[in-house]
Amino acid sequence: MPLLEVKDIHARVVNADKSILQGLSLSINPGEVHAIMGPNGSGKSTLANVLAGRPDYELTSGEIRLAGEDISALLPEERAVRGLFLAFQYPAEIPGVRPWQFLKASVDAIAEYRGEKKLGVREFTKVFEQAVKEVAINPELSKRSLNEGFSGGEKKRNEMLQMKILQPRLCVMDETDSGLDIDALKTVAAIVNGMRSPERSFLIVTHYQRILEHVTPDFVHILVGGRIVKSGNSQLARELEKTGYERFIKVAAGA
Amino acid sequence: MTTLTRARTGPFAADYAALKAAAWLTPARERAWERLQEAASPSERRGNERWKYTDVRPLTSVPYRLAHAGALPGLAEVKKIAPWDDAWTTLTFVDGHFAPALSTEPTGRVAAGRLATATASVQSLLEARLAKVQAIDEEYFTLLNTAFLSDGAYVHVPDNAVEERAVHLLFIASPATSPRVAHPRTLVIAGKNSQSKFVESYVSLADSDQHFSNAVTEFFLDDGAQVEHYRILAENEKSHHIGNTRVHHMANSRFNSISFAIGPAIGRNDHHALIDGPGAETNLSGLYMTTNGQHMDNNISVNHEKPHGTSRQYYKGILAGKSRAVFSGIVVVKPGADKTFADQKDLNLLLSPGAEVDTKPSLEIFADDVKCFHGATAGHVDLDTLYYMRSRGIGLEAATQMLIRGFAAEVVERIKLPALARYVEGVTEKMLPEFRLEVPK
Repeated sequence: MPLLEVKDIHARVVNADKSILQGLSLSINPGEVHAIMGPNGSGKSTLANVLAGRPDYELTSGEIRLAGEDISALLPEERAVRGLFLAFQYPAEIPGVRPWQFLKASVDAIAEYRGEKKLGVREFTKVFEQAVKEVAINPELSKRSLNEGFSGGEKKRNEMLQMKILQPRLCVMDETDSGLDIDALKTVAAIVNGMRSPERSFLIVTHYQRILEHVTPDFVHILVGGRIVKSGNSQLARELEKTGYERFIKVAAGA
Repeated sequence: MTTLTRARTGPFAADYAALKAAAWLTPARERAWERLQEAASPSERRGNERWKYTDVRPLTSVPYRLAHAGALPGLAEVKKIAPWDDAWTTLTFVDGHFAPALSTEPTGRVAAGRLATATASVQSLLEARLAKVQAIDEEYFTLLNTAFLSDGAYVHVPDNAVEERAVHLLFIASPATSPRVAHPRTLVIAGKNSQSKFVESYVSLADSDQHFSNAVTEFFLDDGAQVEHYRILAENEKSHHIGNTRVHHMANSRFNSISFAIGPAIGRNDHHALIDGPGAETNLSGLYMTTNGQHMDNNISVNHEKPHGTSRQYYKGILAGKSRAVFSGIVVVKPGADKTFADQKDLNLLLSPGAEVDTKPSLEIFADDVKCFHGATAGHVDLDTLYYMRSRGIGLEAATQMLIRGFAAEVVERIKLPALARYVEGVTEKMLPEFRLEVPK
């Protein structure tokens, strides 16, 4: 059974006239890494957010299944506790809330859903501090308010910290690579590679092929006009780097 | 300027005439009652700048009668509703009447006691300051308080005394069957280079009776005095509260204050500081939380009359339901008050489309070479932030509460007395379920 199955979805901003996603289908098996590439405005970020359940988007048709369960109508928090994680392109700043505190609440919510015992403060602190080291976050940042005054790169590292601690089944990464320097990019890639497992899948949404030099995807999909116009293996990303999106835009327009 | 309608004093006349007070307080009382007849009505709606955003008619229309001494609550009951630390020196007044059983003897170098029973030598010390701290004899509510001055608390911190043990001035409203008023009064004289700490709290024993607390607190800070002050307003949701705090600063004195206000149907936190000596500093911060139909008004002013003064106002509001809040902060820098630094900030978090805040920080500068800043914000809960939190599995209600705690933390974390911090956190937690997010459709 696929871990994620997206069946012919149409989605738009709530009450908008025009659909952004126009009949998109995608199937990701456990253990696979998929990359979604596409030009600006093709619907990449919309797809990532529709999967996560962002309230200002609505699905007008089609369905989304996570491990066989239809999650199309679920709230973002209901999807999250089921193991769907979105690494945000622009993570929110939360004044007065420390990263530790935020993640503890998140871990607790997941444990509660699973009917598991919540981690004690000491146990969780251990997990947290270990992850802070691995993600190479300045430990000072974890004492500040979440994402407040963090640089773009620090915010992205912080997203990886959360992904690492929450151990989701499906990791959707919305342009995590954009704006990163090479060191940060390598850290992100190392975290993804380290987290790859036969049960866990990744959907890497990106504009550039750069990150795919460090994380080899099993499948690459090209998204144009709210639809996947071509799928292939990692070779497709390299081709794209040479030829650009132009020819796919033409194909989509002609279709 | 419009001539304001005179205030009505009729409803209070009988209680005024019947009140027995210590002889030394009588001249101040009589003067206040006389001036009250000339005072402008706070409930006038036209041209009334002082009460522009707060309509006190729901308060002034209630036939409030003076509360008489009744049965006292037990200490265990008091500890449930009020901040408490056995290490503090606590002076408790129930409905305006001193409650020895709920009070502790002052120790250390601080002299504290009741105005009504002050010895002759203390009287002469207090007389020089009582009802003398700026602008106390011009306004309706402060005059009303002084007219009913029969008891209250005084604290005298001698010169050079450093007192770690906080003095707690606790004013309790006991359950009332008919609308009752008390006029809590406190006078603090902080001697030269002294250091002291105060907690001033106002609480109700019952959560649904109607009472009115018309409080006046005067602080006189002599040269170099340092005072740490907390004001807790946690009276019930049907009550009315007008709290007037007056702080007179002499040279190089410092007053750090945190106010925490929840509770009353109509509440006013009226704080005036006078910088009357060079190099004085006043740091005022506060957190107000309102819900349902509550109304909380913060009227904060600092008058810089001498140079090298510093004042900071940092207030935060959390508003839910159909509640309203007001922040009118004013800093006046008089001619000659050069090298003044003043900063004013008021930040508000609105949880519902029906909540409303009028925030008006303002500066009047008549001196050269000053650094003054002000700013105010009022914003609804950011939906993108909520989505972000929810995408981590945190449900809408828990996420909203986390945002509220985070917003409040900046003020709450400034509380340095552990017992008080625990109290404020406890009260806030208990209230959170009433602070629901309402998203406009």
